[in-house]
Amino acid sequence: MTNKNKDTLWMSGNEAIALGAYEAGVKVASGYPGTPSTEIMENLSCYEGVYTEWAPNEKVGLEVAIGASFAGSRALATMKHVGLNVAADPLFTASYTGINGGLVLVCADDPEMHSSQNEQDNRNYAFAAKMPMLEPSEPMEAKEMLKTAFDLSEDLDTPVILRITTRIAHVKGVVKKGERIAATDGEISKNPSKLVMLPGMARKRRVYVEERMNRCQNLAETAAFNRIEKGDTKRGFITSGVSYLYVKEAFPDAAVLKLGMCWPLPEKKIREFAGMVDELYVVEELDPFMEIHIKAMGIDCRGKDCVPNQGELNTAIVRNSIDADSKLELFEEVPLPMRPPNMCAGCPHRGIFFNLSRMKVFVSGDIGCYTLGFLPPLSAMDSCVCMGASVSIAHGIAKAVGEGAHDKVVSVIGDSTFIHSGITGLINSVYNDSASTLIILDNRITAMTGQQQNPASGYNMKGEAASQLDLEALCRAVGVKHVYKVNPHDVPETRKVMKEAVEQNEMSVVISEAPCVLLPEMKERKPVSYFTNQENCVGCMSCIRLGCPAISWTTFAEGEAEERGYRKKQKGISKIDEILCNDCGQCASLCKFNAITRKEEK
Amino acid sequence: MEGSGNILFSGVGGQGILLASEITAYSLLAAGHDAKKSEVHGMAQRGGSVTAQLRYGKKVYSPLIEPGQADIQVAFEMMEAVRYLPYLHKGSKVIVNTQKILPPAVATGQAEYPADVLDNLIKREIVVVPVDAFDLAREVGEVRTANVVMVGAMSPFLPVNPEVYEDIIRARVPAKFRDANLRAFEAGRRVSE
Ligand SMILES: Cc1ncc(C[n+]2csc(CCOP(=O)(O)OP(=O)(O)O)c2C)c(N)n1
Ligand code: SF4
Ligand code: SF4
Repeated sequence: MTNKNKDTLWMSGNEAIALGAYEAGVKVASGYPGTPSTEIMENLSCYEGVYTEWAPNEKVGLEVAIGASFAGSRALATMKHVGLNVAADPLFTASYTGINGGLVLVCADDPEMHSSQNEQDNRNYAFAAKMPMLEPSEPMEAKEMLKTAFDLSEDLDTPVILRITTRIAHVKGVVKKGERIAATDGEISKNPSKLVMLPGMARKRRVYVEERMNRCQNLAETAAFNRIEKGDTKRGFITSGVSYLYVKEAFPDAAVLKLGMCWPLPEKKIREFAGMVDELYVVEELDPFMEIHIKAMGIDCRGKDCVPNQGELNTAIVRNSIDADSKLELFEEVPLPMRPPNMCAGCPHRGIFFNLSRMKVFVSGDIGCYTLGFLPPLSAMDSCVCMGASVSIAHGIAKAVGEGAHDKVVSVIGDSTFIHSGITGLINSVYNDSASTLIILDNRITAMTGQQQNPASGYNMKGEAASQLDLEALCRAVGVKHVYKVNPHDVPETRKVMKEAVEQNEMSVVISEAPCVLLPEMKERKPVSYFTNQENCVGCMSCIRLGCPAISWTTFAEGEAEERGYRKKQKGISKIDEILCNDCGQCASLCKFNAITRKEEK
Repeated sequence: MEGSGNILFSGVGGQGILLASEITAYSLLAAGHDAKKSEVHGMAQRGGSVTAQLRYGKKVYSPLIEPGQADIQVAFEMMEAVRYLPYLHKGSKVIVNTQKILPPAVATGQAEYPADVLDNLIKREIVVVPVDAFDLAREVGEVRTANVVMVGAMSPFLPVNPEVYEDIIRARVPAKFRDANLRAFEAGRRVSE
């Protein structure tokens, strides 16, 4: 865009992968949002001639892609690393059926857990599911590898995984545009002995899987993406993905074997390289994946005995872990107040968590913006494991506690997360007679990952009107007898309903209905705010305990309270920043002293 | 093209750091450098501390700046100018918006905003360039251009002619904010020239 050549672009890895999918002639793409993978689908949806959709979860997304592949079109599924756990079931058997049109799954791992609950290393899936995995080092390579992945998929009759990490997905670099292959329309063609995985047929395909992986390994021996870069042979490095970049900077003169395909491994090439160098190092982020397999070939190498197996690597970590005396003297950190993320001013979730923080219940939490309800001053979440787990964990707790548990456990889940994998948990709770309470936080969007549409929002990925899931009707249909709806911004009123729901001796659901403040229609509202009548403020701190970023507290200096005409004992006063306020009214609904009022016009 | 360097952008979610780092990156590319930039999305954007790392040179491999190797830091908030101290070295240049945004513990009266926070940099022989970006943005008639004021204030420290930045701003900013942004860039540049 800036360079003289209009085909030279500046793109993130995710943008580059979307372009690669377009160039590869992908016909159908389905995904579920998840940092750091989300922008692939968002960008792909802007290209003509590619069908894109948000699926309710990763398993559904992958199955949609498998279907499109069976019909003969090129198909893509995208997800974050933990999403592959959800999609693992179709993945393992699609490995047996193989494909018709090329099928590629992009999974984005998150070493260091910038935005994730664990840092699992998904290279292990390629080994376990017996399919090839490619691993680029930078955006341009990611685009090209995605195209290579489609070719491999069709050559070898296999799904292929493209594994990226945060430092590819969200790194921008120079990318060159390529030619596009036109997308192929699918057609109905039957091939049951390949596609119906009954044991008899699956056993035959199992044999094929082994042949295919042998062929893939042979191909890996000569493919351009696995390359030896000649250099100083005192130390040689086998590396892949972003680690390659760190090795190139830490040891610019050393010989390197860069593996673009991290499974299956090219054994002959590795032996050849090992024979060239005096000392062999394997540098990889997270698990000793290549190291274990290289050692199993009987090749001596060093790896996780010096390079950390936790968190991200960088040039300094790679250099210092191999050359301990290369460490630089660094300035030490200065202790500063932390600046953790917080729910937005006016976030509907805040009202619910404020109420929960005042109820004596175990809060079984889930994943979304509302997980921030864990942080002070709300501190109202007691467990959070994976998407959809809130309701089933609450059921387990209730069953373990037994008699009298009904008013002690509350689960909290977002709309997108409920649809992703909470519905089955709710069905179980009703079927197996739980008496806990589920709160569904319906903010009409998948907010955490940057506002994606979902089946309850009424719009599809392209923003066109779509069928809208009726959450209340769904809860009633699965047998919940006590379903309430609340406006979370009216905090005291919501508390009454929550108490009533919790006291029920049968499963109850409270649906909290109010939109995320970052929705376009919320941002376009007439800017109105609340303000503090400071003369009425008695310093009770009720509003401060909401933790709204628009409200701040000023502590009085010695004698200041009296000087300013407040009670002698008053410790300070609260103030709303009218620019930050988003007009939710929660603080006003809590203030008993008429110190917070709404301004008609900002 | 000669020269290479590492620029760290730091601030609080919502301050326009991404646009500032994009304008800088495009300007470096237009001047003929290779570049890579790393950002973190997701949780970090809900009002927490955010950073973007930009590296340029003849050929850039790693997208991450090594600790102790940031030559320039563009900090959009005073405390966020000091939080990444281990990334700086003696002589690093820190362009800092002299604005305070209270973190939750300070806003709720649990902690205090550290006094004279920039002294932590000055006493380590780091060059501090304070910029009242808000005031300057107000003067050019658009408070939302504070991020471009910061780019202006950083610009003399990079091997890129001012015309290049101006071309990029013209090309990348929506028409109705274009003039305000160009004035904001000028105003910022005057602070450090
Ligand atoms: C299996 C899996 N897929 C995706 C994610 C990423 N992710 C975290 S929360 C979330 C959805 C949050 O949406 P919602 O439940 O509506 O809550 P909100 O953020 O809107 O409050 C997603 C997609 C994940 N953590 N795990
Ligand atoms: S993005 Fe929406 S749901 Fe998330 S914290 Fe902000 S208001 Fe709440
Ligand atoms: S009304 Fe009160 S709680 Fe709501 S955003 Fe404004 S200051 Fe915050």
